[in-house]
Amino acid sequence: MKNRIEVGKPVGIEVSIAQSEVVAQCDVDVIAAYPITPQTHIVEHLAEIVADGDLDAAFIPVESEHSAMSACVGSSAVGARTFTATCSQGLALMHEILYIASGLRLPIVMSCVNRALSAPINIWGDQSDIMAERDTGWVQIFTENGQEVVDQTICAFRIAEDRRVMLPVIVNLDGFSMSHVIEPIRFYDTKQVRGFVGVYQPPLRLDPAQPMMFGPVGIPEIYTEAKKANDVALIESRQVIEEVWAAFAREFGNAYRALETYRTDDAEYLLLTVGGMSETASVAIDALREQGVKVGQVKLRLWRPFPHDDLAALLGKARGVFVFDRCLSTAGPGGPVASEVKTSLYNLRERPLVVGFIGGLGGRDVTVQQFADMVHKGIGYVAAGAAPVYEMVGVRE
Amino acid sequence: MKTKLNPTWRELELGCTVVEAGTSAEYKTGDWRSFYPKTDEDKCIACGVCYLFCPDHSRHIAPRKKKVEGAMYTHYFDFNFQFCKGCGICAAECPTGAIVMIEEGKK
Repeated sequence: MKNRIEVGKPVGIEVSIAQSEVVAQCDVDVIAAYPITPQTHIVEHLAEIVADGDLDAAFIPVESEHSAMSACVGSSAVGARTFTATCSQGLALMHEILYIASGLRLPIVMSCVNRALSAPINIWGDQSDIMAERDTGWVQIFTENGQEVVDQTICAFRIAEDRRVMLPVIVNLDGFSMSHVIEPIRFYDTKQVRGFVGVYQPPLRLDPAQPMMFGPVGIPEIYTEAKKANDVALIESRQVIEEVWAAFAREFGNAYRALETYRTDDAEYLLLTVGGMSETASVAIDALREQGVKVGQVKLRLWRPFPHDDLAALLGKARGVFVFDRCLSTAGPGGPVASEVKTSLYNLRERPLVVGFIGGLGGRDVTVQQFADMVHKGIGYVAAGAAPVYEMVGVRE
Repeated sequence: MKTKLNPTWRELELGCTVVEAGTSAEYKTGDWRSFYPKTDEDKCIACGVCYLFCPDHSRHIAPRKKKVEGAMYTHYFDFNFQFCKGCGICAAECPTGAIVMIEEGKK
């Protein structure tokens, strides 16, 4: 495949289009997808690339996301490199098949353009969709800008198809505020990308010449062992993820970590964010540092497998950790990220006060000032020694 | 069968895949049955419809002598009760009504 986009220097491109281009560079065999806002541009553009004859792949237009993921399971089971993209209601409709993809150890790569869930119906960004799928057994990676989307999509195929992993991978990006934004993104030579991703060689596949059965019943005598095997596979994928990120840094220059840090040296307080709004929060961190507030930022890139130990090591020494969730766990113990951060810290002998803030729901903007306000408020809670279970940011009372 | 019975989680094939064909022959389902099929040999014409419709292994071709309309068969269909779940499909499909379903324990 020729280079469709100039390589080696940043080009202005919509992030959705950029992701489609890099998926094509990764030489996928099958794309089965159903269009849903704000994922639409990704699959539309992939359909164009296939129709233009620039990618030798089957594009399967299906009648729903349930069918999309089912088709992906089938194509991956025969040994085809498989990609799909979805969000929100579409991801929710895929729900039951997500478990099947991971349970059958099929290395499907999916883009999830994070969007709110109905009702009320809302097409804009938040992370409610992916948080409802956190237990599906997929590797789940977050990004915060277009370059990260491109880079993590390349990494996703190599992680998923590694013989030691053989699990599906979701690459998350924010709906609209990332997906529909034109950003400067550096592309890589297609040959180099294909060399990095490699040729998919499935250890097991459906083949009439050597019949085998994917997806047999797991009776009570087997089911627990099957779940244990999946759990260990996902936990142990962490090592491969680190290896792939290190290899990516050597090959293409950009380095990635499960937890990215920003101005955390000497920080007494840490603001923890996930996804595209992390960049807005970083601007707030700069402003607070200028005011002399000893605050830093931790950005959670790897959501599954969850980096418990790293979090405990990084956050444990802080006085206060302020977690920003773009998802409401309705009447629950806090936002999903805050809950898990608390879990990681709870058994430490000394631990920071964790304060959960929930905002940016359904495309609501969160400003630099609001992130700064969260930090100030959090510091106040630390001084008082207590905080509410969680609180919502920017809600009209 | 390659797959071990009651494997540890480490011994399971990737994704619980059954890596060979025909292994259901080793999974006996006959004890699920509450009704069993009984054939009236006078009505049976050895057509094989029961064999074609049986969803499991329970109808099979066995070496048995049977005379039908003057022709002598050396093999014809018999039940393997290790697999018969008692679903009754053979009885429903039998064109001559030769097969009837009888509750277990009754004759």
